[in-house]
Amino acid sequence: MILRDVRNNKIKTAFIVTCFFIIVALFVYFLSLWLFDNVVIAVTIGLTFSFISAFASYYNSDKIVLSLNGARVATREEFLQLNDILEGLCLATGLPKPKLYIMEDSAMNAFATGRNPEHAVICVTTGLLSRLDKYEIEGVLAHELSHIKNYDILLSTITIVMVGFIVILSDAFSRGLIRGSKDDDDKASGILMIIGLIFIILSPIFAELMKLAISRNREYLADSQAVEITRNKDGLINALRKLDTDSEALEQANKSSSSLFIVNPLVNERKKKNSLWSTHPTTESRIERLQNIK
Amino acid sequence: MYIVLGIIVIVIIFIIFLYNRIVSLNVRCDNAWASIDNQLKRRTDLIPNLVEMTKGYAKYESETLEKIVSLRANSISEKAKQSEEVSKSLTNLLAISENYPELKADKVFSNLQIELVGTEDKIAYARQFYNDTVQHFNTTIMMFPNNILANMLKFKEKEYFKVSDEDKKVVEVKL
Repeated sequence: MILRDVRNNKIKTAFIVTCFFIIVALFVYFLSLWLFDNVVIAVTIGLTFSFISAFASYYNSDKIVLSLNGARVATREEFLQLNDILEGLCLATGLPKPKLYIMEDSAMNAFATGRNPEHAVICVTTGLLSRLDKYEIEGVLAHELSHIKNYDILLSTITIVMVGFIVILSDAFSRGLIRGSKDDDDKASGILMIIGLIFIILSPIFAELMKLAISRNREYLADSQAVEITRNKDGLINALRKLDTDSEALEQANKSSSSLFIVNPLVNERKKKNSLWSTHPTTESRIERLQNIK
Repeated sequence: MYIVLGIIVIVIIFIIFLYNRIVSLNVRCDNAWASIDNQLKRRTDLIPNLVEMTKGYAKYESETLEKIVSLRANSISEKAKQSEEVSKSLTNLLAISENYPELKADKVFSNLQIELVGTEDKIAYARQFYNDTVQHFNTTIMMFPNNILANMLKFKEKEYFKVSDEDKKVVEVKL
C-alpha cells in the first residue's frame, strides 16, 4: 500500500519536474529569442539553462532552503528527547534517520527538505520544542517524516527554487522590455513573439498555481500517514491546534518558502478560506479530516 | 511453435519477477527484525545501570527486573513475551522512582530515564514496523499463484512479534 503510494508520488514528481523543466526551457527560449533574434542561440541557451537549474536545484535545494531559514544542527547531546522521538519514528517507517535541524525562533513551526530519504532534513523551531509535549512533537515529526517518505520534500524544495527562478527571470525580462524597443519586419516571428510574451507573463502564475495545488493535497496525505505511523491522532490534532493559535510570525519565513512548513508561517494568511491561492488547507479542515480517521 | 515459446518466456519472466519480490520482502522482514533486536539489546544494556541506581530505593522491584532481564529467550514469541514483562517491570520501577526526590534530581538518573523511555518507544515502533512487514510478506506468499512458488522454495509464514493488545504507549512516565 505505502510502497504503491510512494511510486505514484515519484511518477507525479517526475511529471511535475518535467513540466517545470519545459516551462523554464520555453521561458528562457522565448526570452533569448527576444534578446538575440536567433533560434539556435535561443534553443541552446534555453536547454542549458533549464538543465543547469534543474540539476542545481536537485542537488542543492536542501542547502538553499536551510540557509534561507537560518537553521543549525540539533545534536543528540543537546536535544536528546527530540532525537530519540525521531529515531523511534524512523524505526516505525523503516526510513533512515534524517538530519535534524533547529531554528532559533519562538514561533512554532517545522519543515522537511532534501531530495530523497537518504538526504533528508527535518527542521523544527525552538518555540515548537518548548511548547509542545512529547506526543505532539511525535505527531509533528511523523507528519514531516511522511513528507520525506512520499518524496514531497523533493518536489516542494525543487519547486521553491525553480519558481523563485522563473519569477526572477520574468521580472528581469519585463524590466528589459520597457527599456529596449525592437523593430522586426518578420511577421512569423512577430506572432511567435506575442505567444512568447503571453507565456512569459503567465509562466510565473502557472508555476505558482502548480506549487500550491500540490502542497495542499499533500498536507492532508501527510497528516493521515502521520497517524498511521504514531497510531495516535490526538498528538497531531493537539499539535495542529496549538500551532494554529500561535500568533507569532516566523521571522525567517518568506512567501516563497511558506509552502514547506507544517502550518503556514505567515500568520495573516492562516485564517483565509481554502482557495486556489492558499499554500495550506485551513487547520480546521485538517483537524476535521484527522478526526474522521477510524 | 513460436506461440508456445513465447508463453514459456513470459512464464519464466513472471516467475523471476515473483521470486525477486518474495526475496526482497524476506530481506525486509529480516531487517525489521534486526531493528527490534537492536533495541532490545540496547534496553538490556541500559537496565543494569538503572538497577544499580535504584537498588537503594526499591530493592524488590529492581531485583525483579534484573531477574526477568537475565532470562534466556530464543524464539520470537518467547522474546515478545519476555520483552513485555521487562516493559511492565521497568515501568513499575520508573514509576516508583518518581517518589524519591533525590533520585529525580540526579542528572544521570534523569538522562537514563529519558533513554529508557525512548528505547521503550523505539521497541514499540520497531515492533509495529516488523509486524507490518511480516503481514505484507505473509499475504504475499499466501496468495495464488505466489503460494506455489513459495512452497517450492520453502518460504514459510513468519511469526509476528505479538504482545497482548495493550497499546504501544505502555510507558506513561511524565517527562
